[in-house]
Amino acid sequence: METVLFLLFGLSAAGGALGVVLTQHVVRMAFWLIIALGSTAGLFFLLGADFVGATQLLIYVGGTVVLLIFGVMLTSSGPFLQIRTSPGELIQALILGGLFLAMLVTTVMQVDWDRHESRLQADYGGGPAIDSRAIVTGEQSTVRQIGTALLGARFDAAALPKDQQAAGYLLPFEIISVHLLVVLIGAAYLARAKRRRTKPEGG
Amino acid sequence: MQSIGLTGYLGVGAILFVCGVICMATKRNGIGVLMGVELVLNGANINFVAFSRFGTLGLDGQIAALFVIVLAAAEAAVALAIALNFYNNHLSIDVDRGNELKG
Repeated sequence: METVLFLLFGLSAAGGALGVVLTQHVVRMAFWLIIALGSTAGLFFLLGADFVGATQLLIYVGGTVVLLIFGVMLTSSGPFLQIRTSPGELIQALILGGLFLAMLVTTVMQVDWDRHESRLQADYGGGPAIDSRAIVTGEQSTVRQIGTALLGARFDAAALPKDQQAAGYLLPFEIISVHLLVVLIGAAYLARAKRRRTKPEGG
Repeated sequence: MQSIGLTGYLGVGAILFVCGVICMATKRNGIGVLMGVELVLNGANINFVAFSRFGTLGLDGQIAALFVIVLAAAEAAVALAIALNFYNNHLSIDVDRGNELKG
């Protein structure tokens, strides 16, 4: 079951990413992006990260892609809906990307992950956040753990000795909150309505 | 029941990352470049969550993935505002037109 679901979500994520690369139409690119991001959320659920998967669906698929589609609506008037890349550039990029992908995949394949994991566990302690049996039966959700970790308390690592306990995330949470506020104010300031120039410049 | 393991998830993450890089390099539409950035961030996110599940990263990987999602949303907002300004100035979203600083 897990294998079937992984194949389904993984193949649709990879296919969506390929569709984003290969299609030239902006609106279709947004559609393939939705496919890829939604399948990524499915992969997160499969990995036992239920809160991250739900956040992915809500913020990425529900927020960021809608923002991108608004951008497409506001900027693509007639001839700019499809801006073609020349086939030579595309072939060049595909060859380079294929080489890059081959490098990454061979690197991933060559590492013996189990051995490194056991060595790391022996050196630093810790372990997988979630028991794998609990994921299959759906007994444990990560929402409470992530919430307390963002507030600075780590109940998931409370069993470890005092000097090995991981830190909470209260300060990064505050920093990212202020960052998001500043960014949204700045974006609203940048995108405010202005008089459009009559002549196109440059080009 | 560990049939997939870490390698499969890392492979999917690598595919998304490479597709995003190709998308950023080849698209001439500014919004298309933004979509490439989103794909790259998602590939990195899959790696974070996969290591949080199979490695010793624990819950930290999932929290890093959450921060990445929030930063991606912020980046999309700012980049969209910049794209709208670019469109107001150039009446086009083609990134090859933004060459005033070319030496």
